[in-house]
Formats: sequence, C-alpha cells, structure tokens
Amino acid sequence: MYTQALNTKEEAVATRPEDAAKLARFQAIVDVEDKIEPNDWMPGGYRKTLQRQISQHAHSEIIGMQPEGNWITRAPSLKRKAALLAKVQDEGGHGLYLYAAAETLGISREDYCEQLHSGKAKYSSIFNYPTLTWADMGIIGWLVDGAAIMNQIPLCRCSYGPYARAMIRICKEESFHQRQGYEIMITLCRGTAEQKAMAQEALNRWWWQALMMFGPSDKDSMHSADSTKWKIKRFSNDELRQKFIDATIPQGQYLGLTFPDPELKFNASTGHWETGEIDWSEFKRVVAGDGPCNRDRMKVRNAAHAAGAWVREAAHAFAEKRRARMATAKVAAE
Amino acid sequence: MFETPMPLWEVFIRNRSGLPHRHCGSVHATDEVMALQAARDVYTRRGESVSIWVVPSTAIVASDPSDKDAMFEPTASKIYRHPTFYEIPEDVGHM
Ligand SMILES: [Fe+2]
Ligand SMILES: [Fe+2]
Repeated sequence: MYTQALNTKEEAVATRPEDAAKLARFQAIVDVEDKIEPNDWMPGGYRKTLQRQISQHAHSEIIGMQPEGNWITRAPSLKRKAALLAKVQDEGGHGLYLYAAAETLGISREDYCEQLHSGKAKYSSIFNYPTLTWADMGIIGWLVDGAAIMNQIPLCRCSYGPYARAMIRICKEESFHQRQGYEIMITLCRGTAEQKAMAQEALNRWWWQALMMFGPSDKDSMHSADSTKWKIKRFSNDELRQKFIDATIPQGQYLGLTFPDPELKFNASTGHWETGEIDWSEFKRVVAGDGPCNRDRMKVRNAAHAAGAWVREAAHAFAEKRRARMATAKVAAE
Repeated sequence: MFETPMPLWEVFIRNRSGLPHRHCGSVHATDEVMALQAARDVYTRRGESVSIWVVPSTAIVASDPSDKDAMFEPTASKIYRHPTFYEIPEDVGHM
C-alpha cells in the first residue's frame, strides 16, 4: 500500500488558457486507459499528488523494514530467519523501485529522503506499532501485507506508467510475504496452548490497526475526486477495507482465532462481513506523530542514514580516483 | 549537511526467454561497477535476469512527446506497408 495519508487535498493549480488543450489531451489519454509517461505534459496537481503518494509509499516500505527487522536475530529457526531476511530485503527493494518511479516526476532521491528524515513526509502509521512477540511476524505478513496487497493491486493499473510498472513488480513479491506470514500463524495455532494464545494476543493487538491501513472512512475522507478522475485511485477506502475484511475473516476462522470485535457479524443479505466502529481518534493520534514508536522509527532511520554517510563519501572518492587513473592510463597509451 | 548527489543510472535486464533487454527502473551509484551491483540487488532477487545493462541516465536521448504527431503520424497513412493491403485470391491458399 501504504498510501493512507494521501487524502489531503492538493491546492488548486491555476490553469493557464494555453493549458486547456493540453489538459483535454491528457484527460483523453487517461480516459482510454493509456499511460502517462515522465516526459508527457501533466497537470500540476497530478504531478504533485503522485510525487507525494509515491514517495510516501516508498518511505513506508523503508520504515516498514524496522518492525520485522527487529525479529531477524530471534527467529525460531533457520528457515524462518532466511524467509524473514528475504522479506525485509524485499521491502527495501520496494522502497527503491518506488523512489525510482517518484524521481521521474522531477524531485531527486536526496530531496525525497530529506523529506522523510526531517519528518516532513508521512509514512504508513501501521509501522508505528511495536512488534512484541514472534507471532507479530505472522500477523504482519498475513494482515499488513494482506491489506497492502488489496491496496496495491488496483495501483498496477494506475495511469502513471512508472508507478504502475513498479506496482506490478511489487505485487508479484507481496504474495510470498503474505503466505509466509499466514504459515507462521498456522504453525502457532497448531502448536501448544501458549503458542496459540500468543497468536490470538497478536491478532487482538493488530486487527483494528490493519483495518485503519485503508485510511479514513469515505464519509470523512478528504475527496479523492481528482485521484479518481486521473485514474490514480480506483476504489474508495471503504470499498478496499470491505474487500479485505471479507477475504480475511474466513482465514482467521480457519486458524481457530477470534477477532477482537463483539459486533462482527455476517450479513447474509449483502454477503459481507460487518464490523464495529473503528476508533478514528487513535488513528489521528498516530498519524499526528503520537503513536508508540513514531519517534523511535525516525531515530533509527536518521541514525542509519548518518552512519552510512562515510560509505557514500568513500564511494564518491573511490569513483573519482578510478576515473582519474583511467584517464591517466588512456593518455599514457596514446 | 550537503552531500554530493549520486548519479542516476537506468537499468535494463534481459530474462531467460531470449527477449531483448528491457528497462526496469533506475539506481543511484558513483560508478558503473557499483551501478551493476546495485541493479543486481534491487532488480534481480528472484532470478529474473541473465544479463544487466546500466546506462547513465544523462546519456539517454529521448524523443520529445510534444513532437509525437510529427514524429510518428506519417506511418499511419502508409497502409501499403501492411500485408493486409494486398489482395490475393482465396484459391492461392495461405500466403
Ligand atoms: Fe512491500
Ligand atoms: Fe510486503
């Protein structure tokens, strides 16, 4: 996904008269499901929306490495450790595909990273919760990656070519993430009573947070009208959330777990599961920066960036030296 | 703190199927050796590729999308370039 924070309205961009024809042409391309490519003309609002959405998505992948990275050294077996390491590497890769796509919109990698490091840019709030037990690794793969997949599949058809192509690569890899998570859950639920209790406790802690990943309810959501018209967003937050709920409840029942929602019930006439009311005050609090791990996540990210500075510096110096040496060798050969 | 920006490289990979190299994204690197390694790590974690090209992004010369009509339109009228333009009697069979 992890695009929940995109529901902020882009300030209206003044359109010059000469842009009207270009705008009509742009919209015509979008309407017939053709792709907009980096050098094509695009409205300012479209560019800005994508710059923000894709970079926030990239930041989320990068910050999302932390909660799971926390358990790599404590994975219960070599198999689980290898899988978790590969998953966390994938998330890093997703961040890089997305930065590459975002850079085609005219902002440099350094600037996007600076927006993250300074706290100016947002990332998905789900990563501001701690991973307290091994069962959280199961839950994250099953629910967090599961919710991400629901959100990301429609983005594979996004009107912006580089974003759509990055999303196709990402979606191919996400399926492994969700399956390895669910397999952890199955193993725990078929294990000892303590293991099953650990799985249940993790579900209790993460269920509502997973539902919040889809962003505010449609009735409170700051219009995604432009995003819809531009074919960036294809389904509303509530539509995607409902799809996720309907897909996930039977999976939880298969595990023999219960969902922490006394109001949860199946509506036979609509064929959908209905949940209780989501606590949006909690969501707002965490988005605003006051979740259990917001400060820690930023601290770790900034420390990693600072600790890597000498490596980047050395790489520049080495490349410079190599170029100089090659130039000398060339002159000598002539 | 100001840091020297890392140059951008476009990445092309060729998979096993014998298709040509295909653009798949970009990486940042100080030189071509680092660019190749980064491209391998970022874009080929699942055996997607048997060959990688990296090209400095600044070396790519692209056609201008606003010239699209002038550039590509003339081919649309040249229908005689397509096999279906020519009429061959059915009796001749498949050609
Ligand atoms: Fe991801
Ligand atoms: Fe993932």
